[in-house]
Amino acid sequence: MAQVLPAERDLRRVIGDGESVPDGEVDGLDESDFLELYRSLVLLRTYDERSVVFHRQGRIGTYAIFWNHEAMQAGAVHALADEDWIFPSYRESAIGLLRGIPAATILQWWRGHPTGWWNPADYNVASICVPIATHVPHAAGLAWGKKLRGENACSIVFFGDGATSEGAFHEGANFAAVMGAPLILFCNNNQWAISTPLEAQTRAETLADKAVGYGMPGVRVDGADVLAVYEATREAVERARAGDGPTFIEAVTYRAAPHATADDPSAYIDAERVEQEKRNECVGRYERYLRRLGVLTDELDQQIRGEAADAMRAGIAAAEAEAPADPGLVFEHAYVQPPPELARDRAELRRVLGGNEG
Amino acid sequence: MAVATRELTLVEAVNDCLHHELERDDSVLVMGEDVGRAGGVFRATAGLRDRFGPDRCIDTPLAEAGILGTAVGLCMAGWRPVVEMQYDAFSYPCLDQLITHVGRYHWRTKGGMEFPITIRMPYGGGVRAPELHDDSPETYYVHTPGIKVAIPSTAADAKGLLAAAIRDPDPVVIFEPKLHYRTLRGEVPEGDHVVPLGEARIVREGDDVTLVAYGSMVPLCEGAIDALDGEASVELLDIRSLKPLDEDALLAAAAKTGRVAIVQEAPRVCGFGAELAAILAEKAILDLQAPVLRVTGYDVPYPYWTIEDAYMPSVERVVDAVRRLLAF
Repeated sequence: MAQVLPAERDLRRVIGDGESVPDGEVDGLDESDFLELYRSLVLLRTYDERSVVFHRQGRIGTYAIFWNHEAMQAGAVHALADEDWIFPSYRESAIGLLRGIPAATILQWWRGHPTGWWNPADYNVASICVPIATHVPHAAGLAWGKKLRGENACSIVFFGDGATSEGAFHEGANFAAVMGAPLILFCNNNQWAISTPLEAQTRAETLADKAVGYGMPGVRVDGADVLAVYEATREAVERARAGDGPTFIEAVTYRAAPHATADDPSAYIDAERVEQEKRNECVGRYERYLRRLGVLTDELDQQIRGEAADAMRAGIAAAEAEAPADPGLVFEHAYVQPPPELARDRAELRRVLGGNEG
Repeated sequence: MAVATRELTLVEAVNDCLHHELERDDSVLVMGEDVGRAGGVFRATAGLRDRFGPDRCIDTPLAEAGILGTAVGLCMAGWRPVVEMQYDAFSYPCLDQLITHVGRYHWRTKGGMEFPITIRMPYGGGVRAPELHDDSPETYYVHTPGIKVAIPSTAADAKGLLAAAIRDPDPVVIFEPKLHYRTLRGEVPEGDHVVPLGEARIVREGDDVTLVAYGSMVPLCEGAIDALDGEASVELLDIRSLKPLDEDALLAAAAKTGRVAIVQEAPRVCGFGAELAAILAEKAILDLQAPVLRVTGYDVPYPYWTIEDAYMPSVERVVDAVRRLLAF
């Protein structure tokens, strides 16, 4: 059995501050990769900011904000191949945008319309997991199942710091390690589970320390540094494909927005720290990095932001143009081969509703 | 042409089924605690690891929610997992996955993905075992949308219903009456043997009273009928499949006698017998000559095993119910 080293302590960083901290480098990225990453960040940021507005306008329901989490999502996904599976939590609701799921689809999810749900096999993006950590075993099972089939794919599962207190996290992580599953456990440690701070969640010095107990590497990375996230995930993917099993990545950031549109964090959050995070948020950091590199011009930036805004305009228009859902869909897909009583219930609903619904 | 049969115990029939289904479909795998090296604590999976290898009969970590949760992911990778829960009451941690995901994921994918998981577990009391080796938890499962549930009472049905479950595109839970794993023997068809879900079985025909039961309560009811020794002509219906339910067979058996007692080992409140009684109240009221009675376990923690017989529905309690129905 391979020796597992103590988990990392320091946060891996690539992007400097343009002053005293110099920029690092990531091997193997060319200009188009840099810009692709930027497009992803801007698309996610635009999605998130517009969604908060749409919620205030009553055009979508309660929405879980992921502002300043974009670097973790975009950086990790860019390290994957298309055949690799993504298991998002609700904090990564829009991560499918990076795999070609239309914005309209994800907006419909937040609008509670059936067209907001997709077939995961079409994008290798699992359904959005609403309960905490219960999708960790799914991702472990998928990765293990691919390995048993001799396929090369791996999977990545996203969850928050609070999720590491759940039994499902433990069982999934342990299963993945025991089975040597090609899995990346990606912990978005934004230090808050709604109002519960990290110190009320664990006595571990770092969340990455938990990895040691499972016999897997524990990596720590600055969650607002998209290049550091990309590089750490790429390493974990290489380990997974080489048959060396799962890796735990703790990406550390600070939640600079409410948990969700229904949450008022003023009662518990450190307002000063939030302002500090906002000044150093992940999209701006990467934008300044690209400008220092000479890769991003004003013109290109405007074009990229314009494309993202257009995608969101088109997305909400398409979502709102959708006909209301047929109430008969209540019964759809409960089973592949439904018990006969469901047909009777459906007939009864149609009778009570009258002939107006299709 | 007559189907070749062999006399097997109930647990041997389960084992025979698993061998046949793993042979038949190479996407079927068996996983659970002690199912591989040991062949299962009741030997239900004995021989599978040697025959099909450690990747098709997998000893898992001791983690019921992890077992069922990884089975969801295995389905997404194209497998058909047959999951063993070692005991009825050890399955409770897996209810989290069952309720939040297993029953919903096909719906969540809008029909795009199937989750053909089979969960099988020994259930029920009367085996003089420590606490939490005796429960009848079928209600928790059958109450969960998206899940199907079947409970055999014979060796042949143990094979046939399990085969149906493994081949079914939906998640199916099979409860195996552990009390009868080795005491109950019967002729079991060799090779392919499928008992379709949703078909009840008339065990005994009669005209005065109808007993409705499933699992280990079926042989108990047969004992009660024998004890009545001709005092009443009793129809016995083995429900076999709780979801989908053979409602036609239930209503026909009720209409035939107009006097129905439902026998279940699980505690009474909101047990499956309550569902059966409600269906009779809704759809058989004009056929009934007497109130529908239930003979069930009591609403108490499953008792110390030296006095467990006082908890279990007994021949005496079933006979008493039949006499009360006749006297009404």
